[in-house]
Formats: sequence, C-alpha cells, structure tokens
Amino acid sequence: MKRYSVFAIAKQALNYHLGWERAWAAPAPKKAYDVIIVGAGGHGLATAYYLGKNFGITNVAIIEKGWLGGGNTGRNTTIIRSNYLQDPSAAIYEKARSLYETMSQDLNYNVMFSPRGLLMLGQTHHEVRGYLRTVHANNMQGVATEWISPKRVKELVPIINIDGPRYPILGALYQARGGTARHDAVAWGYARACSDMGMDIIQQCEVKGVTSEAGVVTGVESTKGFIGCKKLGVVVAGHSGQVAEMAGFRLPVEAVALQAMVSEPIKPCMDVVVMANTVHGYMSQSDKGEMVIGGGTDGFNNFTQRGSFHHIEETLRALIETFPMISRLKMLRQWGGIVDMTGDRSPIISKTPLGNCFINCGWGTGGFKAIPGSGWAMAELMAKGEPGALAEAFNMWRFKEGQFIDESVAAGVAH
Amino acid sequence: MLILECPYCGVKAEETELTPGYEAHLKRFGPGSSDTEFEDYMFARKNPKGVHFERWRHVYGCGKWFLAARDTNTLEVFGTYPAQSSAPPADLQDKIKAKRPDWKGYK
Repeated sequence: MKRYSVFAIAKQALNYHLGWERAWAAPAPKKAYDVIIVGAGGHGLATAYYLGKNFGITNVAIIEKGWLGGGNTGRNTTIIRSNYLQDPSAAIYEKARSLYETMSQDLNYNVMFSPRGLLMLGQTHHEVRGYLRTVHANNMQGVATEWISPKRVKELVPIINIDGPRYPILGALYQARGGTARHDAVAWGYARACSDMGMDIIQQCEVKGVTSEAGVVTGVESTKGFIGCKKLGVVVAGHSGQVAEMAGFRLPVEAVALQAMVSEPIKPCMDVVVMANTVHGYMSQSDKGEMVIGGGTDGFNNFTQRGSFHHIEETLRALIETFPMISRLKMLRQWGGIVDMTGDRSPIISKTPLGNCFINCGWGTGGFKAIPGSGWAMAELMAKGEPGALAEAFNMWRFKEGQFIDESVAAGVAH
Repeated sequence: MLILECPYCGVKAEETELTPGYEAHLKRFGPGSSDTEFEDYMFARKNPKGVHFERWRHVYGCGKWFLAARDTNTLEVFGTYPAQSSAPPADLQDKIKAKRPDWKGYK
C-alpha cells in the first residue's frame, strides 16, 4: 500500500492523478480462512483490523452481502460520545472515542474526526437530575464531562432558544471531546488497512447458511459457494437474528427502523453537536453546511430501511422550538437504517451456543461511535476465545441472569 | 404510512393514531417457571423477516388493543383481529399461506 501524504498528492498532481492505486483489493474467496467475519460495516472491519494489528491474525475474510459500509455505517448521524451512565458502557465507548482521536494517523486515512464538543440538553427537571448523576458517574469513570448552565449553553450554541416555553433549557451535559467523524471514511480506512494486511474483503457475497460439526463451526454457505473457517464472527447489525438462526441459536434482539435526514446546506451556524432527548431530536452541522438531524426509532419491527413518514415531522417539530432558525430550512435527503435493539439497549459481544462462533450485535441506535472500541473488544474475544475486560459484561447470557447494562433508562432514546 | 383497520370500531387508522405493542400471542411465565422460560418470555422475540403478528392499540380512537398480521419485509398488512384471540383466525392464516407459500405457520 502506498502511503497517503502531501508528497504523494504532489507527485500525483504532476501525473494528472492517474497513478492512484485501488484502496482495497477485490479478490475471489479462497477455500478456507482462519477467521471469517460476516458483515463489512464499521464494526466488522474494525474487528478484522484489530485481529491483524493486535493479534497478528491475518488469514481473514470479511464477507458482505451488499457493499462495504453500505448499511448502518453509512446511515447514521456520525455522533461520537462516551458520556454513559453504566461502567461497562462508559469503558467501551470511551475506549472507542480515544481510538477515534488517533484513527486518521493509525490508518493513514483521513476520517475527519472532529472533537467539536457535544451537549445533551436538560429540558425537564427529571432530565437535569439524570444528567447530574451521569456527570458524577463519568467523573468516577475517568470520562471528561461537565454540567453547564443555560448561559454557557447559549454561548456555545448561539442559535438556540433557551426560554421555552414548553421545554426551556435548564442546563446541559457537556462532553468537550465528543464530536463527529466522516462515517464512510471510517469503513474505507479500516478496509484499506485490512486489505493491506492481506485480508480478503468479499463484497456481494451473502451468507445463506452456517455449517458446523460436533457443535463447532466449520464454515459458511454463501452465494459464492462454501467458505471454510476455524472461527466465525457475526457482525451484521439489523440481520443478526437471521444469521443467528442459521447458526442455530436465538438472540434477544428486535429489528426496527431508525431514520435521519439532512437539510439544504447553509453557512456555518453551529459548531457543536446538540442532543435534545426529551423531544427526541439531535442535530449537528456537516462540513458541507447541511444540518444533520436524527430522531427516534419506529415502534414496530421493520426490515425495509425506510422509516415512518410522520417521524420526520415529529422530529423537526420538536427541534424547531429549540432552534427557531431552522423552521424555513428545506430538508434535502432522508434515509433509514435497520437497527437491532436488545432488551436493555446495550450491545452483545459474546461467545454463542455454537463453538468458535462469536457475535457482535445489538448496538441499536448508537453503533457508529463505538466502532473502534467494539472492534478492539471483539478481536480480543475472537483471538483468545474468551472475552477481555471490555467485552465481559456484554455477554448474551446476561438476560437470563438479570445482569443488565441498563442504558435504556440512562441514555433515553438518543443512544 | 402504515394503515391498520381497527377490528372493533372499523376505522382505517394510520399509525399516528395507533400505539405499537410488539409481538402478539406471547405465552406468559411468572413465579414458578424455569429461568429459560422466563428469559424467553421477557427477552427472546421472534423478530422474523417476513410474516409477523403484533399487538397494536387504537389509542386515539376507541382505545382498545387489537392484533395485526403484517410482513416486516414489505410492510404489507394481511389483516387485523380482536385481542381476545388465542391464535390468528383460520381465514387469516389461509390468506397469508396463499400469499406466502413458504410461510411456516405462526407458532
């Protein structure tokens, strides 16, 4: 792999930019691999990358039914934060956030990580109490957050209306090193680094079945034929339940649609990320000037990657009171993704009832921010066969034992 | 937009008038059941990509709970029926079977 640098750009400029090589190879599948990862989204590619980087396992195939990064990795609102209440969540999301800090250098790929600061607005007294508790928890966990006054909120976000009347701003939970990154670039950067380590990324290859012998996985049947493996990692978000069924076990997940939208581009007006959980809306401004807006999930099972139409109006109506200046903005694009929700709204990184088959799913509405931490923990689990400190609490048996990581109360809807 | 006909008041209600209640026909387990039964009842959901039976409430109408058969992959609605049913009506099951020949039944 040729490194990207200012010198490379200068050299290519002399040659009309015709000399750039492909970022990753497009090989045909081999007969067998040490490890197969199903799903070439952010989490799957990150898992493969850290398997190679941290454990030297490079005989790896990442297979993807669509195109890499085309699922939820390309469908989120790119928010990165780690201000979670529960210790296991704070640990893995903070690991992820810290890996984002150096990701562009580590991958030699500009993921445009922008730690611009993130506010979660307190708009009811309930919410204020909840966030004060989270700030205290974060201070104990070593996650840098603080509670700030309405005046400071207004200084950070001049376009905000703090006076209500329905939902006045009573303060905010502020994480100064939260922010955004370029979502596609995260998938592309990992893919390029994986390909460089000799891993095969096989797109347009759908898994049709999982084969096993004496309770241990032996490979997958795919649309490109049988591919053998010693270890299998299932990292497929919305379709986790379907792949788990092929592997012969059930997951406590349900698939629902979550949607987001962007406005027409406007001049820079907001240089932080603002989340308003009481009214179910969150917003940031992209480098192109579009206001990136996300809302809540639909309340029913859905695999169509199309959210309910009325949620667009609900989300915007809620945000217009807090940001009056967006009332005349035209919405440019709207899209949906299928997210896998668990009973406690926390992910699953776990061994499964099938030997040498591992699962990483249940990220629900908050997967993008976790990509590097999730890949780090999943790689450790797959390489050693046992979970490390980051993944341990996220096992799939916690529902039977009642050891929930209950972020559904802690994080509200905007997770 | 999802439109379901309330089997009680006959209104063709769109989803803003309704509240979703997730999987229908759950068998309840409480004290005295095994850990696995209780876990299944609490957390293990069917989550099919295809035919699914759900609870809905006509919240901004007659206020009653009812059940609906729907395809989660196409959003097609097969029909609705009263919440007091312990299984989907036979004619609805026949209708689904005719439209989805590889459907394995509601169990």
